[in-house]
Amino acid sequence: MVYGNFRFHQYHVVGRHLPTEKDANPTLYRMKLWATDPVRAKSKFWYFLRKLRKIKRANGQIISINEIFDRSPTRVKNFGLWIRYQSRTGYHNMYKEYRDLTMNGAVEQMYSEMAGRHRVRQPCISIIKAQVVPAALTKRANIKQFHDSKIKFPLTRKVVRPAEPRYRSIFKGKRPNTAIFTS
Amino acid sequence: MPFTRFVEIGRVAMVNYGPEHGKLVVISDVVDQNRAVIDRPDEIRRVVPFKRLILTDFKCELTRLAKKKELSAALEESGAFEKFAKSAWGQKIAKRKAKANLSDFERYQAMKKKQARSKEISKAVESMS
Repeated sequence: MVYGNFRFHQYHVVGRHLPTEKDANPTLYRMKLWATDPVRAKSKFWYFLRKLRKIKRANGQIISINEIFDRSPTRVKNFGLWIRYQSRTGYHNMYKEYRDLTMNGAVEQMYSEMAGRHRVRQPCISIIKAQVVPAALTKRANIKQFHDSKIKFPLTRKVVRPAEPRYRSIFKGKRPNTAIFTS
Repeated sequence: MPFTRFVEIGRVAMVNYGPEHGKLVVISDVVDQNRAVIDRPDEIRRVVPFKRLILTDFKCELTRLAKKKELSAALEESGAFEKFAKSAWGQKIAKRKAKANLSDFERYQAMKKKQARSKEISKAVESMS
């Protein structure tokens, strides 16, 4: 089952090597990762595990897979994401910050930003670490500017948009007036 | 002319998109340059992009991500929703709504009233010339 209106969901996957005669109780390995559904999460788990340990899907088993939900999905938090991605020329590490209510939202923001700014698709990105960063420890100026309990700014450009998609028109007879000054 | 309506904590805004079109909400926190957390006494806090909000002239005194109790109290104290309903903008919306909810007979009555009024006006205009 896939819950919530998110593209990426956080899963907690636990797996191990199949029990053998030599080792009846193989070590359990757990991983938190993001995927669009549990099937892909398991696939990603094996992808990472076979890089880290001498275990692959053929000789391993998944013990459990659970979705992880945010504790406070109505509070704005700063998320720090450490990522590694493969570009056309090589591998790069990156640290990114996002403001969102949930980590799933921040991860989604990261994937779309990477696609937009660097043309990196989702399979080429691996998330090394993702965590909530306290306001005092954030690094990015765009995030810091919102750390203000008395925040105040105007919306400088307002386009009158149709109330529903079905009222949209491709061609308008008149250009919209975007000024919203009020006396 | 300077701006008079600002995105700030406690600003009353109106949703101008989708099934919730026309609903008044209060800005509870700012997520980033495109989105705000909005709140209403009878709803769960959620994120709405500024594209789907119109700011109003009214605001209430609120701290960031205030509790429901504080929100209700602040709204009651400032009377922001009532003030909006009394403003020209709010009255226009109410009028439009009332007109849309008329029954067939009421529409007929309104038409007759309008006809009578036009008659009076044209008579008066004729008498002037």
